Amino acid sequence: MSKAMTQQEALQEYLLRLADSDMILGQRLCELCGKAPALEEEMALMNVALDLVGQARNWYEYAAELIDDGRSADDLAFRRDAHDYRNALMVEQPNGDYAVTMGRQFFFDAWHYFTLASLVKAPDERIASIAAKAAKEVQYHLRRSSEWVKRFGDGTEESHQRMQTAVDDLWRFTGEMIEADDVEQTLFKAGIGPNPEQLAADWKGLVNEVLTEATLTPPPEDAWMYRGAKVGHHTEHLGYILAEMQFLQRAYPDAKTW
Amino acid sequence: MYAQLVETGAKRVKSLEEMSPEEREFQLKIDAETKIEAKNWMPEGYRKTLIRQISQHAHSEVVGMLPEGNWVTRAPTLKRKLQLMAKIQDEAGHGLYLYSAMETLGADRDEEIDKLHEGKVKYSSIFNYPTLNWADMGTVGWLVDGAAIVNQVVLQRTSYGPYSRAMIRICKEESFHQRQGYQILLDLMREGTEEQKQMVQDSINRFWWPSLMMFGPSDDQSPNSQQSMAWKIKRKSNDELRQMFIDQTVPQLEFLGCTAPDPDLKWNEERGHYDFGEIDWQEFYDVLKGNGPCNKERIETRKNAIDGGAWVREAARAYAEKQQQKQQNAA
Repeated sequence: MSKAMTQQEALQEYLLRLADSDMILGQRLCELCGKAPALEEEMALMNVALDLVGQARNWYEYAAELIDDGRSADDLAFRRDAHDYRNALMVEQPNGDYAVTMGRQFFFDAWHYFTLASLVKAPDERIASIAAKAAKEVQYHLRRSSEWVKRFGDGTEESHQRMQTAVDDLWRFTGEMIEADDVEQTLFKAGIGPNPEQLAADWKGLVNEVLTEATLTPPPEDAWMYRGAKVGHHTEHLGYILAEMQFLQRAYPDAKTW
Repeated sequence: MYAQLVETGAKRVKSLEEMSPEEREFQLKIDAETKIEAKNWMPEGYRKTLIRQISQHAHSEVVGMLPEGNWVTRAPTLKRKLQLMAKIQDEAGHGLYLYSAMETLGADRDEEIDKLHEGKVKYSSIFNYPTLNWADMGTVGWLVDGAAIVNQVVLQRTSYGPYSRAMIRICKEESFHQRQGYQILLDLMREGTEEQKQMVQDSINRFWWPSLMMFGPSDDQSPNSQQSMAWKIKRKSNDELRQMFIDQTVPQLEFLGCTAPDPDLKWNEERGHYDFGEIDWQEFYDVLKGNGPCNKERIETRKNAIDGGAWVREAARAYAEKQQQKQQNAA
């Protein structure tokens, strides 16, 4: 991002980050359809996925209006390549076992929860109203994923081991979620986005609390962090996710309706 | 729907005179259209038949998520993706709801699911067919849910109270799915490209006959129907229901501008119904026996999900016990 970034540019970029993270995590959860460890979980996973893709649609629609270059919400979701996607690296990680699925969900939900709690107060009414609806949904997501982290951490020896491994493996993707770049600093100064320091502190506080209650060991403070999503440098997974998710739009570019 | 060839264990239907006093009282209640509730006395055959039928129905809802799950990751727009996700979620809900209705009869959900995974019990043959293009998400909604509704609307009056009530709730949601499915096809046919229209016709060609098979064998090949009808578990015969379905579906097919892969399908003025060609019963029995295109994959997927999730459920149990213990210690 150049120093001359306007507030408008920052906002468009930020909306795409919100939308893309919701969309990609929703997509990952869709992959689990019919494969959940219990029928109740089948319901819950699809419920969370529905919330996320619904939120993605709301953010994409607003982003499409602001970008105003003729692209629709669907075009933003289904016609951009990986280097234009702005989702967090966390959400594109594979489902793994259920400890990974829930660990990924928890780390993201915690970030999502505090982010939305701040966006609810944004002076931009559109943002505030989308965030208000999403915040209610995400409150449930966070409660559910925290509960699963605790169940696994403090469940059986096997589940504890799996959960600890998931936490250790996913940890490297948490750094970029709570480190603000120019976009987030610009929006914070404009009174739209969350206070970056506060967001990081809230996230760390909650994560530590849940991991401790789950009898899990939090990774070291100075652990190495993987970064890049905010400038479109993703892990290798995203290309495959998009190849599947965007298949029809790519295979039938002339189609006007679905 | 979703129940085909349900065993009743009865070779023939008993007359009132042959019945024990309890059986007679039960049958008179049925004849008077009084709903049977879980706490009421019922013949063992009735209980077992219902468990078979409801579990088959529940398994079908759950296995039926898989052919849709095959496309939910590839849905073409945000709107279609959300619709399909909501439909799949409804189906998981129907499964849970039906398993609960089944448990009122003293059956155990986990045991019945084990039987499914061991190949001992059936689910609807339709879900053993693959979903090969996007239009299949429309066709499954329109034809498969459509066939299910024809059956289920009648089952709202089935004699067992919990099953009847489950059907009333499920029918509402299924009707919604059916309209959504038809709309997918209609949009593609009206505003789609040539390729998209071909997709629709190809999909109908593949699902037409399997949808007709959903009603089960013809009446003369359906040995269990008579007892099920006497108990009012079933309310209309397989052939009656199939005819109803065809009669209501053909005008919708024509409105789409598509055709059915049946050269004998034509209106019969005299009967006031559509005539249709002979179903390939060999294919039907093959699929029921496990030799359909996807039988192996469907069961494997479900079995892997539940077996692979054993440690998850075990962890949840262990955690709940520890929490309970903590609460007791604190008290």
